[in-house]
Amino acid sequence: MFISINQLNKQFLDKNDQPTTVLKDIELDIEKGEFVSILGPSGCGKSTLLSIVAGLTSATNGEILVEDKKITKPGKDRGMVFQEAALFPWINVIENVMFPLKKEMSKQEATAQAKKYLQMVQLSNYLEHYPHELSGGMQQRVSIARALAMDPEILLMDEPFGALDEQTRTRLHGQLEEIWIKTKKTVLFVTHSISESIKLSDRIIVMGTRPGTILTDIKVDIPRPRREHKEDMLELEEHVMSYLKKEIDKVVSEELNHETSH
Amino acid sequence: MKPAIKRIIFIVILVGLWELGSRLGLWTELILPSPTSVFTALYHGFADKTLIWDLIASFRRLAIGLTLALIIGTSIGILIAKSKTADDTIGSMLLALQSVPSIVWLPLAIMWFGLNDKAVIFVVILGGTFVMALNIRTGIKNVSPLYIRAAQTMGSKGIDLFIRVIFPASIPYVVTGSRLAWAFAWRALMAGELLSTGPGLGYTLSYASDFGNMSLVIGVIIIIGIIGSIVDQLIFQRIEKSVANRWGL
Ligand SMILES: Nc1ncnc2c1ncn2[C@@H]1O[C@H](COP(=O)(O)OP(=O)(O)OP(=O)(O)O)[C@@H](O)[C@H]1O
Ligand SMILES: [Mg+2]
Repeated sequence: MFISINQLNKQFLDKNDQPTTVLKDIELDIEKGEFVSILGPSGCGKSTLLSIVAGLTSATNGEILVEDKKITKPGKDRGMVFQEAALFPWINVIENVMFPLKKEMSKQEATAQAKKYLQMVQLSNYLEHYPHELSGGMQQRVSIARALAMDPEILLMDEPFGALDEQTRTRLHGQLEEIWIKTKKTVLFVTHSISESIKLSDRIIVMGTRPGTILTDIKVDIPRPRREHKEDMLELEEHVMSYLKKEIDKVVSEELNHETSH
Repeated sequence: MKPAIKRIIFIVILVGLWELGSRLGLWTELILPSPTSVFTALYHGFADKTLIWDLIASFRRLAIGLTLALIIGTSIGILIAKSKTADDTIGSMLLALQSVPSIVWLPLAIMWFGLNDKAVIFVVILGGTFVMALNIRTGIKNVSPLYIRAAQTMGSKGIDLFIRVIFPASIPYVVTGSRLAWAFAWRALMAGELLSTGPGLGYTLSYASDFGNMSLVIGVIIIIGIIGSIVDQLIFQRIEKSVANRWGL
């Protein structure tokens, strides 16, 4: 198996230094080239899980293997795109995309590589612009190009389109799908939009909350391009919703109880 | 109306009233010389080059003192931002030192170095160092964790991470720190020169006062004020603004 997550647990210490379990017994196998969405209500530990795969956070116990190698720290085999673009404001677009390439390539090669991926996200005309001169959607495309430029095997995306408006999001869905088909990356895509996950992924991992667990693993058997299969998508959406609804209700009622108990 | 025009009109009116008061004899030349006398005194000062030598001498001390202050301040700032122990010890002492006006150190400096350039430069350095260190510390501590995480996923760590991400991310604080360091250093320099030997703007100021040359006293005060505001507004505030803009603050 390409990525395998075994018996993964994560606990954080809360305000009173009591451990709270955020991820409980996560078991997940992902094949090379798969587009997998992780779907779940707010606070179920999606970002935490992704951050452990990225090597930015350590697990309390359990392990994650990529091609049988245990993950202990960040690496260029795993590119990450965050909800906010996280571009460096002091350098321009092309220098941002070249950031991960500085060490292993000549300047010329790095420039060529950066240009290639900026073209892929259709930003060839903005090489010299600074991040603050770009719209949110453009910034997010730069950060996708930046993650792709180091040619990682795995692309980790944490609600990359969460902060964008509906039209921009739809367009970027199209672009991302194209890029994925072209580059054959393995994608782990965190979202809390059901339709987004259905539109894009081969598999949807539905997570429940408190503690974060995997509720179910749904294969999306709708041929691409999916916009030609609206009916099937809607049907699947209802199916996924039935799993999520219980979880969301749980969160809402807990929050209400929390409020009334104060 | 543009603020610049308003400012010019304001100054013209102020100088006009001042001249008028002098001509009407509301005060004597001994207490407050007229703008014309001040201008004449400045003219002579520049014509016989004494004020030019003063400016050169003052700026030389400032350049040496401020450069050292920025370098030392940045180093201390990085140290206390990165080491908890250093922050708990040196860091808390800096706050105390920062609240001491740097001219207070002059008597000590004179004992160590004698009544010369070195003593003045020493108080200039003390004037700028602490505020720079404190700003660098704040800048480094306030770097968005998002930048650091993003850089880590791109294989950056250790020194590379510091040079390519943490330091550039704190540039807005470096600029603010430098501006405040300049302001403190400039004040320390003038105070130090007043009590020390020439040439230098501050020295000429106290010399002119000793000889009752009120026109020159006021002239030099005006030069000091003009230099201070030019450096602050034309240089530092511009840099600060453009940095804040690009850094998305
Ligand atoms: N560094 C931390 N220290 C303590 N608790 C944390 C930390 N990071 C996350 N948590 C807790 O872990 C839980 C899961 O957080 P996480 O950010 O992974 O959720 P999420 O599923 O990504 O939510 P969202 O959809 O809102 O982004 C939350 O309850 C959060 O409060
Ligand atoms: Mg999250």
